[in-house]
Amino acid sequence: MRKYVPKDSVQAKSYYTDRFWVAPRVPRLTVEDEHFLSVLDALGDDSKESYIEVGQLVIHIEATDNLRIIKKLKEECGYTQCSEQSAVDYLAQDGEFELFYQLLNINEAKRIRVVCRIKDGQAIESIHPLYKSANFAEREMFDMFGIKVNNHPFLKRILMPDDWEGNPLLKTYPLEGDEFASWYEVDKIFGKEYRDIIGPEIRDPAHIDREDSKRFSRVGYEVPFGSEVAEAKSEQEIEYSKTLLVNYNSKKSKILDERR
Amino acid sequence: MQVTNKLTPFFENLNFDRDDNTMVINFGPQHPSAHGQLRLVLELDGEQVVKAYPDIGYLHRGIEKMAENMTYNEFLPTTDRLDYMAATSNNYAYALAVEKLLDIEAPRRAQVIRTMLLELNRILGHLFFIATHALDVGAMSVFLYAFREREFALDLMEDYCGARLTHSAVRIGGVPLDLPDNWLENVASFCDKVDYEIDHTYNPLLQENRIWKMRLEDVGIISAEDALSWGCSGIMLRGSGINYDIRKEEPYELYSELDFDIPVSDRCDSYGRYRLYIEEMKQSTRIIRQLVPMYAETSPELMAHAPQYISAPKEEIMTQNYSLMQHFVLVTQGMRPPKGEVYVPTESSKGELGFYIKSEGEPYAYRLKCRAPSFFHTGLLQEILVGTYIADVVTIIGSTNIVFGEVDR
Repeated sequence: MRKYVPKDSVQAKSYYTDRFWVAPRVPRLTVEDEHFLSVLDALGDDSKESYIEVGQLVIHIEATDNLRIIKKLKEECGYTQCSEQSAVDYLAQDGEFELFYQLLNINEAKRIRVVCRIKDGQAIESIHPLYKSANFAEREMFDMFGIKVNNHPFLKRILMPDDWEGNPLLKTYPLEGDEFASWYEVDKIFGKEYRDIIGPEIRDPAHIDREDSKRFSRVGYEVPFGSEVAEAKSEQEIEYSKTLLVNYNSKKSKILDERR
Repeated sequence: MQVTNKLTPFFENLNFDRDDNTMVINFGPQHPSAHGQLRLVLELDGEQVVKAYPDIGYLHRGIEKMAENMTYNEFLPTTDRLDYMAATSNNYAYALAVEKLLDIEAPRRAQVIRTMLLELNRILGHLFFIATHALDVGAMSVFLYAFREREFALDLMEDYCGARLTHSAVRIGGVPLDLPDNWLENVASFCDKVDYEIDHTYNPLLQENRIWKMRLEDVGIISAEDALSWGCSGIMLRGSGINYDIRKEEPYELYSELDFDIPVSDRCDSYGRYRLYIEEMKQSTRIIRQLVPMYAETSPELMAHAPQYISAPKEEIMTQNYSLMQHFVLVTQGMRPPKGEVYVPTESSKGELGFYIKSEGEPYAYRLKCRAPSFFHTGLLQEILVGTYIADVVTIIGSTNIVFGEVDR
């Protein structure tokens, strides 16, 4: 059977794939460190899965218990700082988001990562009562993924404008922005009726405008700098590309079956 | 809502519909003291700040989204654009995170060079802080002197990698270049110069300066609990009396072999933090001086030997067929790290700069999260600005040392 690829993910994919190649995994070690063992003791059954990955303890928990468990980690195990929290989009694969909280114990100089998963559309409880750094971090998560956070003091978009549509870090959101993004500034500054006059935003850094004789020369014949190109149109139009950028991931390109 | 006509025009700074007589002013995003693109909405009662709301996102370029659509090596120059005052520290933090994911270590000479560059960049960032902070507060001449020294450090960076702002001086697995001739002598004399200028220019100008102390002392007080809770790191944390430096506590690179001190201040105010910046520069020169003799004892390898992830040395590529094939695959497709996730913190000049990378075994990172210290320090502003006076707002923003390339990403 062919390997499953999420159809609506617009993340860049590798052009060449080897179907016999199995990616190795970063080793997940059993917990031997004394401090980490005491953390696991304190958590008891709350940790569904735990292992050491690259020197840090990773604990998987139930998303509905996040506030209670992290409170326990803060008060009993000394994890007084939440250095980072965010989400990973697994909607296409599992219909879920993976959330992580990166906690730091200043006295022991130890870090743990608390990981939980929520379904699409499910809200998560805010950890703002424990760590005020969650104020900005959860707002960013809401902005970038659209994950609702319950009991957050001021849940509002933080990096994108308030009237923005779409959540930029979802895998379904294209890198160059979607339809809404390409018209956002025109609509906002001039109004929708100016769309035809101004035209869509050109996001191609290698775009070629053949009517612009100040920055581009004509292929086949030349016109004086700054003059109207339309007047000097020749009978034989030479075909040209509108961009210098080559899109290797374009769907038009074919991979021959024998190369797969 | 205001009713506007020709006789009563729209006053955007005034809240007419409220009876508590406060004024809302909009600070930035184009304010010279806003350190880039900070928009701060302040609600004032007379001259006192009642409410502060930092509004960010004016420099948002979607660097984390770009990281998901670039191979690991392609993304490295983009990290320059995070904290552009000390670009190498971002490159290094990213490269270290990927190296931890790949489980490789840079060779000794690369480590010496990297540590030197990191400390040089710390001095670059700190000098910029002293310069702009003094300028914000009103001391113009310090700005000129600090930028003079910064110029020498930028010359050193330019000698090494050819760039002054966006260095990209570190690669995943090592460094691209060996040090040029006379670089070590130059960096040693630069250290002497910095130490001399600290003792003879900055300290006499600022440390006991009556105006400077009046403007900074007991301004922007952050308690230790607040600093921890708001996710402060670096000098913002040590300025509140908490002795935590990632270089000492979770040593990376050569920091475990080096002899240096971590200055801590329990003043919790802007003056204490300013003193820490000066002290840290002295410690940085001390570290660089220790690294200079270490360089001579190293063998000349610059990149880690892991041909499935990092291109082999040129001799091997030109002589061995398999190395050439691996190199070709790495250049055309990019490296494919193992599946897994990693969070690696480093101590940049602003604080804890960490990269969280989630890899699914593809040449593109599945998720990359940049933990920028300035982002959390900006969040703190909404708490510490309340109750202060409008004249101190600029001092406090300057004292948090935020850089907007990093806040908005």
